[in-house]
Amino acid sequence: MGRYIIRRLLIAIPTLLVISFVVYAILALAPGDPLSQFANNPNVPPEVRERIRESLGLNQPWHVRYVKWLLALVKGDFGYSFMSHLPVINLLTERLPNTLAVVGVAYILGIALAVPIGMISAVKRYSIFDHLATTFAFIGFSVPTFFTGLLLIILFSINLHWFPFIYDSTLKVKDFGSFIDQMKQSIMPIIVLALFDTATLARYIRAEMLEHLPLDYVRTARGKGIAERLVVVRHVLRNSLIPVVTLVALGVPAVFAGAIVTEQIFRVPGIGELLIRSINDSDTPVVAAIVFLFAVLVVLFNLIADVMYAVLDPRIRYA
Amino acid sequence: MRRGLALAVTASIALAACTQTPAASPTPGASASASAAPGTFSRGQGGELKILYWQAPTILISHQATGTKDYDASRLIIEPLASWGVDGKPIANGLAKEIPTLENKGVSADFTTVTWNLQSGLKWSDGSAVTADDVVFTSKYMADEATADPNSDYMQGVKSVVATNPTTVTVTFSAPTANPYQFGTGGGNEILQKAQFEKCLGAKASECPENLKPIGTGPYKLTEFKSGDVVTYEINTNYRDPKKPYFKTVQFKGGGDALSAARAVFQTGDVDYAWNLQVEAPVLKALIQGSAKGDYLGKASSNVERVNINFANPDPALGENRSEPTTKHPFFNGPDGLTVRQALAMATDRVTIGDQLYGNGLTGTTTCNQLLGSDVWTSKNTASEKVCKLDVAGANKLLDDAGWVKGSDGVRAKGGIKLNVLFATTVNALRQKEQDILKANWEAVGFKVELRSISAGVFFSNAADGANRFYYDVSMFTNGASPDITGYMAGWTTKQIAQKSNNWNQNNYHRYSNPAYDAIVDQMRVTTDTAKLAQLGIQANDILIKDVVVIPLVNRFQVASGKSKALQGTNLNPWDSEMWNIADWYKTP
Repeated sequence: MGRYIIRRLLIAIPTLLVISFVVYAILALAPGDPLSQFANNPNVPPEVRERIRESLGLNQPWHVRYVKWLLALVKGDFGYSFMSHLPVINLLTERLPNTLAVVGVAYILGIALAVPIGMISAVKRYSIFDHLATTFAFIGFSVPTFFTGLLLIILFSINLHWFPFIYDSTLKVKDFGSFIDQMKQSIMPIIVLALFDTATLARYIRAEMLEHLPLDYVRTARGKGIAERLVVVRHVLRNSLIPVVTLVALGVPAVFAGAIVTEQIFRVPGIGELLIRSINDSDTPVVAAIVFLFAVLVVLFNLIADVMYAVLDPRIRYA
Repeated sequence: MRRGLALAVTASIALAACTQTPAASPTPGASASASAAPGTFSRGQGGELKILYWQAPTILISHQATGTKDYDASRLIIEPLASWGVDGKPIANGLAKEIPTLENKGVSADFTTVTWNLQSGLKWSDGSAVTADDVVFTSKYMADEATADPNSDYMQGVKSVVATNPTTVTVTFSAPTANPYQFGTGGGNEILQKAQFEKCLGAKASECPENLKPIGTGPYKLTEFKSGDVVTYEINTNYRDPKKPYFKTVQFKGGGDALSAARAVFQTGDVDYAWNLQVEAPVLKALIQGSAKGDYLGKASSNVERVNINFANPDPALGENRSEPTTKHPFFNGPDGLTVRQALAMATDRVTIGDQLYGNGLTGTTTCNQLLGSDVWTSKNTASEKVCKLDVAGANKLLDDAGWVKGSDGVRAKGGIKLNVLFATTVNALRQKEQDILKANWEAVGFKVELRSISAGVFFSNAADGANRFYYDVSMFTNGASPDITGYMAGWTTKQIAQKSNNWNQNNYHRYSNPAYDAIVDQMRVTTDTAKLAQLGIQANDILIKDVVVIPLVNRFQVASGKSKALQGTNLNPWDSEMWNIADWYKTP
């Protein structure tokens, strides 16, 4: 097992190198200009824009910039943002807590809701609960988040005035009152995201359970006289969760990457919002850093998923 | 190329004399709205002021800014010597004691030197004294090429900036200047503290950490800055006017979109001020009319949304020479060029665009001038021109008479050349609707129009799809003159033709060349007389219109923001930052 993990980690290095090259090449070759906001400003003439471009190092050919970027990256330096003139890593660390507070919480909530819903749906197949859950799941993964987001804003912010729709990242949770404020401002984006996560996972769990319920070992368990509740929870659910755990692990990198649309709608200053704004502004160092870190997380969690699979299912052996 | 905010000297100096309001008196300058009435309040009387921009500030000094959001967010902390007032004239609400004029000997009789006197006893927010050295340092910062200050053009033509004593600065120009206030006045000229930024000159400027926490002289100082998200401010206790500012704290939040920003100010009242509400006019109108919480602030400026004609040939078959000024557009340039351009202009229905898309005065008004922003230099001659009136029959007749015959496909042709037009603009819901209207207009008289929309970041860049390379037949975008109308009108001179050899880094995207036009701009460059400058500006404008280099559509509003009904003291200003008089803002209970 140890050798397997080491081998996988070594393979990851060339993979990441290729990814970094492709990402940087796409960004460098894509048209765009970090100074485009000045294009229509008569007080910033083209020569001045050219000088600023030079000061950002954009006058060098992109392969030179790539090598410099990569060498700095090896030392852990992600470079400076063109827009903020700040080290990219500072921007990321400032935004990660907001993303985790919203996207992370939504993911956990999604899992916590999906397991019981999926399980009950499978056990009480074709019951009213199952029909309701199925309908809910279809709505959850077929209605886009930008639509549910706007719907919630119009309902709860504009008509009912219950929740604010402008996320205040300066709010510090110190006491119960500020905790309530934090809940109020993050509940809508969390619901939007959790709805989607719950829907997808619940369907998956239901399908897995249905596959296991008619199997011989379940009948054996029942034949031994074990209570139905224990049969479902201890035997069926446990076995059904093995592929679900993999799925959950593979979804974790997406949590760190943030939720582009939802963060934008609710003005949550997270990683997703940073990514989309940096793409629009052609802020290459920031985009490259986020995409590269995402690639690292994907590779890492793929490995974790594989290892967990082996741990949970003794029949699987890696050599 | 001189480009500072030039003003017609005589008039501005005369007016400046009347507006030498000491900073202590509230809201100097012309009152543009009912809310401009001075309020009586004391420092820190109010709570938090909430400002919402749908673009988030990313840096806090205008000298490394990448957009309006940065200029505006910095303006609460750092200030120029003087501001541009609502009427485009300088106002002494900054560090200067008064506006230098000929009368007070601040401007030399030969228009080469300007003497600025600082107010006495000025302090930075850290308690240290503001001196003329800080102003001199700021001028060095702006002029230094390696520092790459986007505002460096304000130093163009400035020979020296010298501190003659601790509170006096003398600016010397290398030639008599029409705009003595070019350096020091308005956004982009904010004074930096020498002690803080001394180590941030040259190549170190861009990544200097001080850019994110400037020490200033403004009414507020920085509490916390999260780049790309939010800025919070508190009162600068060393601010020169002991009665101001009114608010204890300010929150300047960025991000999101314009429509929900409009909702936040008009429907929920979550914010006190929401910037640049670029929302479709009918939607915006409904929000404003139904609002018990907010007021709309709209102000015309010099910005013109216009159609640009390419005089060079964008045919890809020309390869390297594509759209180079050495080529001629097959039908917009040449013997029939003017006729075809006139027909295009006469088929253009700007009234429908103004009414349906800009709410007829809500976010813009129709115009047929390229030079706008002041009555003094706005031409009244163009309205009667045939190219400024919708006349489909007339356009058809022009083309018929010139021998452009409609084929079976409805597209006119002559000598094997078809009137096929490739029309590009940025990706923007409003612009795509304008494109649809114009396509229908132009096709009605026998053009065939193919539409393209290009992401703004690409359109305004040096990429192959960029507006400056002009690899299409017509384009559409907005810009407008600063009070320096000479610099703006120079953008259509032969010298400024954008082409490969200058890396397309010039402003004449049209590849338009007209010796008569060049001569007028040359005269403008040497004129220091306001009235004459304005007259020349009008002449230049009229040539652009009559010669159909541009087809102006709409005078777009520069300020299109919203404020809560309780917020008072905002004074709309198309020439300077919207935050130019934030020290005067207050709230009624």
